[in-house]
Amino acid sequence: MSIEALNLIEVLINGLMAGVMYALVALGFVLIFKSSGIFNYAQGVMALFAAMTLVGLQTGQVPFAHLLNAITGMHVTHFGWNMPSGLAILLTLGVMVGLAFLVERLVLKHLVNQEPIILFMATIGLAFFLEGFGDLMWTAEIKQLDVGLPGGLSEWFEGASMALADPEAGYWGMYVDKLDVTAAVVAALLVISLTLFSQYTRAGRALRAVADDHQAALSVGISLRFIWVMVWSIAGLVALVAGIMWGSKTGVQTSLSLIALKALPVLMLGGFTSIPGAIVGGLIIGAGEKLFEYFVTSDAFHGLTGFNIDATENWFAYVLALLFLVFRPQGLFGDRIIERV
Amino acid sequence: MRDTATVEPMLDIRNITLRFGGVVAIRDISFDIRQGEIRAIIGPNGAGKSSMLNVINGFYHPQEGEIWFRGKRRGPMRPHEIARQGLARTFQNIALFKGMTTLDNIMTGRMTRMRSSMLEQALWWGRAEREENAHREKVERIIDFLEIQSIRKTPVGRLPYGLQKRVELGRALAAEPELLLLDEPMAGMNVEEKEDMSRFILDVNDEFGTTIALIEHDMGVVMDISDRVVVLDYGRKIGDGTPDEVRNNPDVIDAYLGVSHD
Repeated sequence: MSIEALNLIEVLINGLMAGVMYALVALGFVLIFKSSGIFNYAQGVMALFAAMTLVGLQTGQVPFAHLLNAITGMHVTHFGWNMPSGLAILLTLGVMVGLAFLVERLVLKHLVNQEPIILFMATIGLAFFLEGFGDLMWTAEIKQLDVGLPGGLSEWFEGASMALADPEAGYWGMYVDKLDVTAAVVAALLVISLTLFSQYTRAGRALRAVADDHQAALSVGISLRFIWVMVWSIAGLVALVAGIMWGSKTGVQTSLSLIALKALPVLMLGGFTSIPGAIVGGLIIGAGEKLFEYFVTSDAFHGLTGFNIDATENWFAYVLALLFLVFRPQGLFGDRIIERV
Repeated sequence: MRDTATVEPMLDIRNITLRFGGVVAIRDISFDIRQGEIRAIIGPNGAGKSSMLNVINGFYHPQEGEIWFRGKRRGPMRPHEIARQGLARTFQNIALFKGMTTLDNIMTGRMTRMRSSMLEQALWWGRAEREENAHREKVERIIDFLEIQSIRKTPVGRLPYGLQKRVELGRALAAEPELLLLDEPMAGMNVEEKEDMSRFILDVNDEFGTTIALIEHDMGVVMDISDRVVVLDYGRKIGDGTPDEVRNNPDVIDAYLGVSHD
């Protein structure tokens, strides 16, 4: 196989892997939107908050240390322990479930039957609150997140691609990050279990029922409150997974919450109400982004047009999403919008 | 016509008043629904019939009055809690889960009857699986009863109106309710569909002993299938009794013909 072809495959694989990471964030949005019609602006911040909590628990940070020190005059920062990753992840999950409970109690409960735009604004408020609260609780500095996930060069991809190339061509092999592969596997497991849960369990059926019609769901004895706590807990779990993956990749910092912005084009492509849509949308955006970059920065493109196009990953996804809005506003897998008159 | 006069009321509605801001939707209405009867609620548009059903199933909370269910006064309850007490309903503008199949829709009706915990369900453990199978059997029986076998796996959003109404009835029946509320079960149906639906309602009442309260506009149907009729007009009760009594009640005739007695 020629080196050009192998390079292209490498770009494609890395693009798909990046797409999985976008899809992880988009999933959280879909879950909440599907069941309650709320566009949860705070999903990205929830991922950040989960990652911060995880690091904090793992490294034994004292929560609200700055605040405590300022009030009491102490100088505490760490408990001085290191918690095993597994335990820290479980505890963080507990915190996310607690958060879901509080969101229902303090926010959603008071906004039942309000317009979607009101609920959307409430989630914007929640996003700002949670960001500040997270900083106050765990400090705003950049932190390393390491839960022992494999990372670095995947020798398998390197070896396999070298075997495919002409031995005399001087090909060095592909670079595929093991962390990305792990993320893909985790995302696949997550989607499979979510699908099984929603299709084959009573809670899942209740969830789909609520997504379809609130009043009818109430009339067959489904408690909306229970469903909402459940949905936000699951969204918290997805946020935790996304937080772990992105945090391991880029470090835990405030800009992590901006990954939510990357989820928007994914949602427009895949549809706001489809779990498979979030995955496929993520893959298309990820692969499209990387391939587009590869083509417009290639010598051939430059030689042909004379253009120098830079930083395409900043805008390509949004342009693609805009095109989709023109031709298929409901996304690839979203529900058709038909109003009967 | 059966004699249900000696039977104690299953649901007793006492002096209910329901206001929306300044609008009085229901004004001091009392009536009862007896065990095992088919009770019709009729009246012109805007009489407060649907509001009455919504009060009974807990969507609306009346400002005044009491509701007694099986001899006990019912406190303020949420609709899903009332559903768990054995009350099921259908809606005027069908409220099915449109993306789900007929089978899944009717399965949601079993929600109140499931006992295994959510965790067992999620992990698909022993009891949950046995339970699911038992519920499937009940649901299949309802599907047979309503003669909708051929649309078991069809998403209900694609079904014609008359069949959707039938699926909605099925979902309500799946809860094995003691009291079944039907909000215009025959609205928009042709004669043949109406006959089918009347037959199902009578059979449900007969075979399962389910008490039924229904709102209906077709007077022929109402007079044929109901044991007793309560008539509302402008949020007031203007008549209550057997179909014959109601038919000959001058107030009721006026309300329907629009004549004013001075």
